[in-house]
Amino acid sequence: MNMVVKPLASGAVVDGYRLEEKIHRGSMAVLWRVTHGDAPEPLVMKMPLLRYGDDPTAILGFEVEQMILPLLKGPHVPRFVAAGDFDTQPYIVMEQLPGEPLSTRMEKAPLPAAEVADIGSRVALALHDLHRQNLIHFDLKPGNILFRPTGEAVLIDFGLSRLDGRPDLIAEEMHTPAGTAGYIAPEQVMRVRDDPRSDLFALGVLLFQMTTGRLPFGSPVSVRGLRRRLYRAPVPPRALQPDCPPWLQEIILRCLEVDPAARLQSAAQVALLLQHPEQVPVSERGERTRRDGAFTVAGRWLRYMARTPAVRPSVSERLSRAPIIAVAVDLGHGETPLTEAQRRIAGTLLNSTPGARLACLTVQKTARIGMDFNVDKEGNNLHVGALVRLKHWARPLEVAPERITYHVLEAPDTASALLDYARGNHVDHLIVGARGNSALRRYLGSVSTPVVAQAPCTVTVVRPPERHQPDGDGESIGTSGC
Amino acid sequence: MRIAVLADLHANIEAVEACLMHAHRARAERCVFLGDLVGYGADPGSVLDLVMAHVARGALAVLGNHDEAALAGPPERMDTDARAAAEWTRTQLTTAQRDFLAGLPLRVEEGGCLYVHANAWAPERWGYVQGVQAAERSLRATERRLTFCGHVHQPALYHLTPSGHAARFEPVPGTAIPLGSRRRWLAVPGSVGQSRDGNPAACYALFDDAAGVLTYYRVPYDHEAAAAKVLRAGLPPRLASRLREGG
Repeated sequence: MNMVVKPLASGAVVDGYRLEEKIHRGSMAVLWRVTHGDAPEPLVMKMPLLRYGDDPTAILGFEVEQMILPLLKGPHVPRFVAAGDFDTQPYIVMEQLPGEPLSTRMEKAPLPAAEVADIGSRVALALHDLHRQNLIHFDLKPGNILFRPTGEAVLIDFGLSRLDGRPDLIAEEMHTPAGTAGYIAPEQVMRVRDDPRSDLFALGVLLFQMTTGRLPFGSPVSVRGLRRRLYRAPVPPRALQPDCPPWLQEIILRCLEVDPAARLQSAAQVALLLQHPEQVPVSERGERTRRDGAFTVAGRWLRYMARTPAVRPSVSERLSRAPIIAVAVDLGHGETPLTEAQRRIAGTLLNSTPGARLACLTVQKTARIGMDFNVDKEGNNLHVGALVRLKHWARPLEVAPERITYHVLEAPDTASALLDYARGNHVDHLIVGARGNSALRRYLGSVSTPVVAQAPCTVTVVRPPERHQPDGDGESIGTSGC
Repeated sequence: MRIAVLADLHANIEAVEACLMHAHRARAERCVFLGDLVGYGADPGSVLDLVMAHVARGALAVLGNHDEAALAGPPERMDTDARAAAEWTRTQLTTAQRDFLAGLPLRVEEGGCLYVHANAWAPERWGYVQGVQAAERSLRATERRLTFCGHVHQPALYHLTPSGHAARFEPVPGTAIPLGSRRRWLAVPGSVGQSRDGNPAACYALFDDAAGVLTYYRVPYDHEAAAAKVLRAGLPPRLASRLREGG
């Protein structure tokens, strides 16, 4: 289609938006800071660079972004404001995010492990939020990551993205793999564009780069060079950066597995581990300082290819296969029929969903914030005691260590602690206990009712089978602890 | 404006009413009927009366091959069941209904849209937009950015890529699809009155022309009742089982 492109200068007005200052000019697009009479907040206008004789695919990414950005919501994307028609002047106006992209911080890599985990978990939570919106980003890299002043990561540039239920304009037109050389996943190199775990590979590259200051597969310029990652494993981060703790290497290398099924299965799972390093089960993978041989890696890739079915699931179907299940148990009275029943339900859910992870929670009530509550009058560490009981409770489930974590939450209010945990960790399914008997009820107060009402996920309220007639005080509507 | 596009109604009043009710609830402000108002189904008269009432209030309608067959008699190449249905339909129509059908245009262009029953390249010859090659031919035969056509009963969305070939997309019911202004699109809403993809629910689409957003819908209706009427009318039993099986 023909497009007349006027050179634009500061002070020009496009559809009511006044161009104030050119803030960036890339190879594909130019960014202007703009103002609008109705909008007090800072805005940017992104315009594709259109020149006669350009490859028609050059502005395809802009067309894709115009389609997708208005459909995305939440704190992890820039707020969409307006779009301009291709017949006149194509543009996207969106909220301007302050601060520098992650690429600026990346210049200082290697970064300390704690900072890698902090940044990485925020990026992972942003990614998971987009995956939940059925989007695969396909171009996660430091230049496409910004942060809000409140800390949340914001992902930008959806030019290569794919949104379930909408035509994949990129797949129709791309004759070479779509992605950025350093970060592209092996299956993306082979033009498979339907797996959110491709973004987890890019996340692994990002973590690797923050940890070592290097890209695990370099930045090849040819498709042949890109294919090398199908049979060549990365050098383990600890070989490049001896300070890299084994738990971090474990997470990085699991993200960088050539077979998507061998990676961590959701960005929320990556975030959970980055936030709880002490809970990462470190295998040989986390300790190694030499990479797997080409034969081993290529074999994994071939097994992946052989398994690949003709009909592939959507993003939401894939996410639902890798849920985070949290079970909140109260072990203050030891094992009860309720905690046994909760374990049975947790076991049933885990067995029916092989990609699921289980987070075992218990809440230590603290009387007052700021008090030294962590040591009882005999001097025993309450936190450690609770953790030991929690692990003992979970043992009969026989869950592989990489599928289970344990968390002792310390808070004055049990329900709020569980809700905060569920929100902060993208829990998909929370299992709590119903009020079982009057002793527990007195001790715990109302928990399941506010949790059911306010949880951001499915909640199962477990009630142990009744062993005698209820005494008629209307127990069944009650609420209870976890 | 929100435009409900209903194709291949095929004299199925239960399906038509269910789709119109759904469109009303979805705040549709206008209807477009993409032809084949009659044929196959047992209620040509009531479907036509309903469409005529909508057209009197500003709706658009175009002619389909089954409408033509009901006026002029079925052509040689029409299959046996369709011929039988066309012959029966001819006996059911009032003069007003016949006049209405006879006055329908083959195509209507309005705004950025082309509405046509079969295709854009030769609507009167009723060639099907069955795959990407036919879609490309149709997309190249119009200057309009968005073509709506029926005739093919399976919902589909085609677009003309920057390199000039057509690509096909399987729409997901209820999912809003922004149709970017940079390329031409061809939308087949699927059939209201005789779905053929194994799902007996009726198909239609809603286009918001201001937002440039298209949504395909599947609407369940009492297809058992519609099928029973087909049998009672003495139409070929296969036409009843198609309604039950969606195929």
